[in-house]
Amino acid sequence: MVNWIWLLLMTISVVFAAFTGKLEAVTQAAFEGAKTGVTVSFGLISVLVFWMGIMRIGEDAGLLRKLATLLSPLVRFLFPDVPKGHPALGYIMTNMSANILGLGNAATPMGIKAMQELQKLNPDKETATPAMCTLLALNTSSITLVPTTLIAIRMNYGSAHPAEIVGTTLLATAIATVAAILADRWYRKRAMRPPTLTHQGTDKRPPHTSEGASIPPAANGTAS
Amino acid sequence: MYDLITTLSIWLIPALIVFIPLYAAFRKVPVYESFVDGAKGGFDTAIAIIPHLVGMMVAINMFRASGAMELMVQALQPLMAGIGIPSEVLPLGMLRPLTGAGSLAYTTHLIENYGPDSMIGRIASTIQGSTDTTLYVLTVYFGAIGIRRTRYALKVGLFSDVVGFVAAVFICLYIFG
Repeated sequence: MVNWIWLLLMTISVVFAAFTGKLEAVTQAAFEGAKTGVTVSFGLISVLVFWMGIMRIGEDAGLLRKLATLLSPLVRFLFPDVPKGHPALGYIMTNMSANILGLGNAATPMGIKAMQELQKLNPDKETATPAMCTLLALNTSSITLVPTTLIAIRMNYGSAHPAEIVGTTLLATAIATVAAILADRWYRKRAMRPPTLTHQGTDKRPPHTSEGASIPPAANGTAS
Repeated sequence: MYDLITTLSIWLIPALIVFIPLYAAFRKVPVYESFVDGAKGGFDTAIAIIPHLVGMMVAINMFRASGAMELMVQALQPLMAGIGIPSEVLPLGMLRPLTGAGSLAYTTHLIENYGPDSMIGRIASTIQGSTDTTLYVLTVYFGAIGIRRTRYALKVGLFSDVVGFVAAVFICLYIFG
């Protein structure tokens, strides 16, 4: 699907620009986009280096393991195929808390760290596991308690109640997150359902069957 | 409530920066060496993201500059108006999953033109604050670990964006209406 979206965005742009005579602007935009990509990545270096250093200290001290074992049933429910007490769960917890508190530049390194831990459990390093998809779903809809940037902008433009959108934002973000979790569950179940030809002996441990059976749904997903 | 959360947000990072190394030192971890060891990985991770992010940013920037997005918005507007969604916020709904900076700029533009306390201004603020940039999150998180086949992740993200957008509009219409 990403392949198609990418191809479509560029093809439509060029064809459309050819008709409206905006080809030069589109070319310029392409190179500006490339520049933005590099700038944003470079901007991430400092945060990633710093937080990954701090988080390593936490890992060496056993803090993340402790956090992972203290986990709420909710996280166990969301990530059933991650072994109990695995550091990935600790990073997922810190990522979620940072998101909720609106600490964007701390949330990203922790989320990436969680992904790297999940990657260690991944038998096929190029294909996303269900746990990775769930973590991504939680981050794209990211529950935020206080949208600080927006409150600041509203203040700038002289709002009488800059923070009045906190409640509506929280409600909307909660609904979006629930939708993401439900959709993720639905796709995960569908991906786990073994193809009709699967042998009976393999269905003792559902998580393993799912890994083995993940190829057909994955091929499906990229094609649509 | 709001004050409590802001205070918490302000305190949390400095508290973490002090608490984690202190706790580790107490557990006899060589804190500085441990920090440097972990920090090394940050650079490689950021570099690994570059090709993914460049690819996405190029496509999105081209799409915006070509004017194709405007046309898409215009085509969708009658449909949106039919179910009661103000047409002014529709471009924002389409920009939001694609580009964080772009949608923030558009939100600011709406707030500037309609006022922060207008219905449009409130809806725009709610949309902007309630979801993250799906394509960016996907690119960065999966790019960092070299995932090529993203399976259903993008569909789930975009679905939740649509739900979040519609929810934001109707919640605002109901609460501020």
